[in-house]
Amino acid sequence: MTDTTAVPAASFDRARPARWAQDYGVYAAVAALVLFNIAFTDNFLQTATLRTQLVQVAPVVIAALGMAMVIGSEGVDLSVGSVMALAAAVLPLYIGYGLWPAVLVALLVGALVGVVNGTLVAVVGLQPIVATLALLVGGRGLALVFADGQLKGITNPTLLELGTGELLSVPYTVLIAGVLALVIGFVVRGTVYGRQLVAVGGNRAASALAGLPVKRVLIGTYALCAVLAALAGVLATARLGASDPSAIGNLMELSAITAVVVGGTPLTGGRIRVLGTVAGALLMQLVRATLINHDLPDSSAQMIQAAIILAAVYLARERRTR
Amino acid sequence: MTQILTTPAASAHPAPVERELRRERLAGLAQRHGAPAVLVLAVLVASVLFPAFPTAENANGIAIQSSFLAIVALGMTFVIITGGIDLSVGSVFALGGVLAAYASQWGPVPALLLPLAVCGAIGLLQGVLIAKTGMAPFIVTLAGLLGARGLLLAVTDEGATTYLVPKDSAFLEFGQGTFLGIGYPVYLAVLLFGLGAVLLQRTRYGQAVFAVGGSPDAAALMGLPVARIRVLTYLLSGLLAGFAGVLNASRLSSGVTILGVGMELDAIAAVVIGGTLLVGGAGSISGTLCGVLLLGVIQNVINQIGTLNSSYQSVVSGLFLILVVVVQTFLGRRRRRPR
Repeated sequence: MTDTTAVPAASFDRARPARWAQDYGVYAAVAALVLFNIAFTDNFLQTATLRTQLVQVAPVVIAALGMAMVIGSEGVDLSVGSVMALAAAVLPLYIGYGLWPAVLVALLVGALVGVVNGTLVAVVGLQPIVATLALLVGGRGLALVFADGQLKGITNPTLLELGTGELLSVPYTVLIAGVLALVIGFVVRGTVYGRQLVAVGGNRAASALAGLPVKRVLIGTYALCAVLAALAGVLATARLGASDPSAIGNLMELSAITAVVVGGTPLTGGRIRVLGTVAGALLMQLVRATLINHDLPDSSAQMIQAAIILAAVYLARERRTR
Repeated sequence: MTQILTTPAASAHPAPVERELRRERLAGLAQRHGAPAVLVLAVLVASVLFPAFPTAENANGIAIQSSFLAIVALGMTFVIITGGIDLSVGSVFALGGVLAAYASQWGPVPALLLPLAVCGAIGLLQGVLIAKTGMAPFIVTLAGLLGARGLLLAVTDEGATTYLVPKDSAFLEFGQGTFLGIGYPVYLAVLLFGLGAVLLQRTRYGQAVFAVGGSPDAAALMGLPVARIRVLTYLLSGLLAGFAGVLNASRLSSGVTILGVGMELDAIAAVVIGGTLLVGGAGSISGTLCGVLLLGVIQNVINQIGTLNSSYQSVVSGLFLILVVVVQTFLGRRRRRPR
């Protein structure tokens, strides 16, 4: 938008380190934290420790991948945590018909929420914050209504295996998150839909004038985000061994937005950094784990996370305004 | 945006223009009087259906329950009219309560001043970051949400300590005292809303709040100190959220650490239901009051039904929010500025 103004050479030089920090800072920070932990944290390199870290971060990664796409479309989805709870609440209701039908229904419920969100944003023209806020508020209520406000234990062995089992000592949930990251990365870079999504996020009016199916792209994006959130809800249920709609996905929208933003995806849309999002989620997890391992309390972790968010967005601002 | 393509043809006929004007007037009416109208309707329906609803005792209960959210939503109204958002209020509310309970061991004055100082500082810091660096309010206050909650955990030994207000403390009178059978928090909320309405409608600062929300660029060109107004507004929001927390601590006789989670969303919902536009530049204090009361009535009615799962409360609130915003958008298409 401001690209038309001539930029003095001096400000280019000043902006360069900031731009580097925005593009690669998150990877550098993850690498630095990993090195720090290898050097100073006991047992960090043991498989059990690494596995715990990755298992904890997997649902955040899955939800954040969808969030990255929505933020790339110049939107935001506050309902992902509630969608996780909804999926978790639906699961026990249909598990009598078998695991996969139940999972399918849970994902369909997610898709439905996503289509509602997308329609409110793309067709009705609501601000994404408001449209998805309504489902954040209502979605968890609905989940509690479905579940009768109760925690339900899961006995299905396949689902429990999905939550706790592993393949070649990599937990299934981590595998799923990794595969999804690759798939979403491909979708964003290598498909027509991905290109349309980035274009719509960059400039919606221009995309409409260029004849792109703006509404369909937006609805599809919110639907995809919600389906991913529902999957994260299913996996969280599997790992917990119980469907707990009052706890599953709590504040997940904030974790997901944080991962996306720290990963370098600008809130102004038009750019999606999939790998950065994964790194952003890892960074937040590692910060917390590192502090706790070194006997610093949770409170300091939260305050440092807040500082990281601000730093990431401050750097992104440098780029936008040059 | 795409309507521009169709208006030249339409304006050739007088009838559509008239329809447009009528629509505009209707939109204005709905925006200004929609929330009170729905509130009156909800109260009437509830009074007819539930004999226990229209009693003085019940009304007092709703008023007390609503007063804390109302004070938080008051600050949120100012923030939203400037075109911003404050996600930190829930955490700041909880932090204010814990600090008040902690400081109440030294008497009622520190119990009031310590939380206001800290919560005001958080609001001020957020305002400075938003106004001076151009970062999105959404993100800055999201960091504020985390930071304030972190501070709260630090103050309470990671949530392990619950500070109790001493039993004989005069501080308790604040939240538990009554006058003519109505609790002090209700009077305080009403007083603050009166002051808020005067501040918004009758002062230069209030006019500037509308101007900044309507168009920051135009406001800056008019010579308004846009940055200072933003800073003041977030400071106000932090102070009010902290004060609501203080009142709540006095009412509960303790600083409860787990309070306030999701409160920012209730406050935003109340403000939006009250007819304040989230794009900024338009809104009212009285609307917010109606929005808060409406949420309170919905909660109360669902409690009255008894057999209904209390989770329906958030379902109804969510539906309501969507309904109001969709109606606002459809009626107010003309009023919305493109981004």
